[in-house]
Amino acid sequence: MTETLCVALGAFVGAPVRYLLSSRYDAALPWGTLAVNVAASLLLGMCTGGALTGDALALLGVGFCGGMSTYSSFAVQTRDHGPRRGATYAALTLGLGLGAAALGFAVTS
Amino acid sequence: MTPPPGPRLLLAVAIGGAVGAVLRYGLGEAVPDGGGFPWTTFAINVAGSLLLAGLELLPAVRRSPVWTAALGPGVLGGFTTFSATSEQGRSLLASGDTVLAASYLAGSLAAALAAVIVVGRLAPALPPEAER
Repeated sequence: MTETLCVALGAFVGAPVRYLLSSRYDAALPWGTLAVNVAASLLLGMCTGGALTGDALALLGVGFCGGMSTYSSFAVQTRDHGPRRGATYAALTLGLGLGAAALGFAVTS
Repeated sequence: MTPPPGPRLLLAVAIGGAVGAVLRYGLGEAVPDGGGFPWTTFAINVAGSLLLAGLELLPAVRRSPVWTAALGPGVLGGFTTFSATSEQGRSLLASGDTVLAASYLAGSLAAALAAVIVVGRLAPALPPEAER
């Protein structure tokens, strides 16, 4: 039960952070969404590397990182930007997200 | 530059995000991803992408900025996750499952993209008055 509350609380903070940054910085490319997805990947890598469990993982990992990052907007934006810019955006997001998760994991493990 | 979203929209996203994240957590507890292909996260991300593409087509939702924010960046943004996908990809690569990692990362994007493209094309054209 407390884990569920931690997830809700983490996302209650993470989701509006994403919304603020995407409202402000999504332009020719969705830089705001790209930034929150990469930042959340870095932080979740750190959570996993640091072997976080229980309430802490629920709050920071599942709630905050999961709530701050988004796959749905990523997919819709990739479509909306057309084949060329969309492919660039998708490749940047996937590559930087994977790199950020690896970096975060390496830092704390 | 557009003005930053006001407190009502931020609160709508926060509440929606909490609801979406708890749904994702509940599904993950009911059907854990396990060690192989993370099917639960895959399904969550593809379904959430499909629903977001569908949401944009509902005139009732589009007329209300608060509902748009609560359901789109709120519930569906909180429901889907990019960080878990990155971390699962990293974990699969670290354990030497290169093909699995690549098929998971590429497969998630391909399936989510296909879903949003199909929803966008299946949707009937909105009548002109719905655009106002």
